[in-house]
Amino acid sequence: MKTIIFKTASTYLLPLLVLFSVFILLRGHYLPGGGFVGGLIASIAFVIHSFANGLEQTKNLIKFHPGFLMPVGLCIALISGAAPLFIEQSFMTGLWFENPIPVIGMVGSALFFDAGVYLVVIGVTLTIIFTISETL
Amino acid sequence: MELILVVIIGLLYASGIYMMLRRSMVKLIIGLILLGNGANMLIFLLGRIVKGKPPIIDSTAKMLTEIYADPVPQALILTAIVISFGLQSFAIILVKRAYKITQTDDLDELNTTDEIYE
Amino acid sequence: MNNPYIVLPVIFQLFTSVLLMFFWYRVNAQRLITIICSIISVGIAIWLFKEVYQNGILTMQAGEWQAPFGITFVADLFSTTMVLLTAISGMAVGIFSTGSIRNARLKFGYFPILNFLLMGLHGAFLTGDIFNLYVWFEIIIIASFVLITIGGEKAQIEGAIKYVTMNLLASAIFLTAIAILYGLAGSLNMADLSIQVAEIENRGLVNVVAILFLVGFGIKSAIFPLYFWLPASYHTPPPAISAVFGGLLTKVGVYALLRIFTLIFIPDEFLGNLLVVLACMTILSGGLGAILQVNMRKIFSYLIVCHIGFMLAGLGIYTELAIMGAIFYLIHDIIVKTNLFLASGLIFKLKGTLNIEKLGGIYKKYPKFSLLIAIPLFSLAGIPPLSGFWAKVFLIEGGYKANEWMLIGFIILGSFLTLWVIAKLWAEVFWKDAVALPKKINVKYFHELKPFKRWAMVIPIILLAVTSLYIGLAAEHIILLSKQIAAELMNPSAYLDAVLGAKTETP
Repeated sequence: MKTIIFKTASTYLLPLLVLFSVFILLRGHYLPGGGFVGGLIASIAFVIHSFANGLEQTKNLIKFHPGFLMPVGLCIALISGAAPLFIEQSFMTGLWFENPIPVIGMVGSALFFDAGVYLVVIGVTLTIIFTISETL
Repeated sequence: MELILVVIIGLLYASGIYMMLRRSMVKLIIGLILLGNGANMLIFLLGRIVKGKPPIIDSTAKMLTEIYADPVPQALILTAIVISFGLQSFAIILVKRAYKITQTDDLDELNTTDEIYE
Repeated sequence: MNNPYIVLPVIFQLFTSVLLMFFWYRVNAQRLITIICSIISVGIAIWLFKEVYQNGILTMQAGEWQAPFGITFVADLFSTTMVLLTAISGMAVGIFSTGSIRNARLKFGYFPILNFLLMGLHGAFLTGDIFNLYVWFEIIIIASFVLITIGGEKAQIEGAIKYVTMNLLASAIFLTAIAILYGLAGSLNMADLSIQVAEIENRGLVNVVAILFLVGFGIKSAIFPLYFWLPASYHTPPPAISAVFGGLLTKVGVYALLRIFTLIFIPDEFLGNLLVVLACMTILSGGLGAILQVNMRKIFSYLIVCHIGFMLAGLGIYTELAIMGAIFYLIHDIIVKTNLFLASGLIFKLKGTLNIEKLGGIYKKYPKFSLLIAIPLFSLAGIPPLSGFWAKVFLIEGGYKANEWMLIGFIILGSFLTLWVIAKLWAEVFWKDAVALPKKINVKYFHELKPFKRWAMVIPIILLAVTSLYIGLAAEHIILLSKQIAAELMNPSAYLDAVLGAKTETP
């Protein structure tokens, strides 16, 4: 599907969708959204780009293998989940900073956990889709 | 609403099992997907359907006073969907590999591991 | 009692897995990390076992959401024993893999996924929430899917298709059962369900759910009409992977059956009889299947099926003595089956084949290895005083006291069939004169390996053999332990208090 319209649109869609996915990630604690949905939207952005410009172009754009995001994301999620253990609280207990940070709002371990999920989802989805489309 | 869902769930289970019993590998995967969707719908149905009453506590109130929709089944379905997403994409890649290696889509041909002398 | 650290085995395995992922292509670093981390995880498991043995049942409420609303992790004696056994066999398999698995496979992420699988096993044993159990089962099967296909040989892919299909079907049935159970009882916490299910008036539907759970876990633990996928797939991956599968994966199904049918669904007469009949047929079909086979790993696969029957028999009789026998058998079986599959890997490296008709003369050429492998073999056959003997004594005694004569007959028949198979194996593989075998090009033989790799393959077998000798010779410790576990399972009030009473303890 290498039409000029789709190709031009995809270059604008990619940053827009990635920004939107970050927005979804950040609003996710009390409102609909969160790491999983955000990660899916971000990976859709890259998938659209690969449809329009070819797989090689997208791979060049990302620079590293998307599978690398999996351990990074798991690491962030694991640390934020296990952090309460150091103060003798249960695994996955939400820890929150006292004061809200401007724009982002209240920041707590749940946000970092979601960010980890976000990265893992991008990594897994892109790895799966790249693998399937490479072997076609 | 419940009645429609019951019929749909029955159809999903039946068609899923029917597809799994065919000899084609692709139909096997389709059957598994349908079966998984049927199970998800079943959780949704058995969690009691309450229309238009999300379990969101008003900012002025401390707790829910009226009947509300149970949020747990939705969480369960979401988890199950995420898991089946991973499993199904794995199964699809596996079937593709299997087709490449064995050059057949017929499940009855995949019997070398059951032979006594391989 | 509340203790936030009981999830440490799970977290540590995840940590190991993540750490290994960062060294994706650096195979030697992965080997080193695996050895160190698996030893540490055995240490953690021993600590947890000691803690639970001294202080009684420990619980943890994830995210401080109190039971029955949050996800509860429960470490009672049964689950910690399973965690300890998993850690020990995990360590043995981890060390064995450093020697036996080819670099090409290691570069596809073998070690991270092996540790991911172990994390799933630990989680499944420690969780106290039925949906969480489903999630851990899914983690286990997705990791095992990758392990069984890694390398992508033809036999592996064919076996994997069967394995994947049956496991996905089992998950769908398990999920259906959870859906109906949630609709009936409105809870997912196993302790809470234990109270709620007893009060449900619609007993017919409760029995349907119980049967659905039996079928779901039955596929995973390979009981009688549902076991055909196991001998078709377990011999296809490399020996180290078969060892994890044979030693641990089917046993998770047995664990879940024992847990569900002692805590949530107390078997009525019909269900008890059904379990007894299924146990008899499982023993018979597994034993007869093993006689016919010539591939060593297929023989062991059928023996897995046969011995699942023994554990199911204990559950079917449903007295404290019989359950104790089943637990003892479970403890013995995990160690011995893992060891046998590892030993088959060693024999493959020595001779280049696993066909028992072509093998021979191992005793003459390698007497030390033969004596080493004899320990798990004869433990499996249940020759006194080795470990399999004691478990069967208690199973038969339990059956005798409950007047289950048919079951006793089948247990004795199953033991004879096992003995026959083991005797045949010993005569064919070890005592028969060696047959000249053509040298295979794509097999790296044992004497061609570096000394480190040789030791990495022998040490885990020694380790597990010593453990099974301990289970057999110091049987009174294990008897004491399994007696306590059986008492805890049959009287779940302590479990219920620990989980639901925790509400009042913490502020």
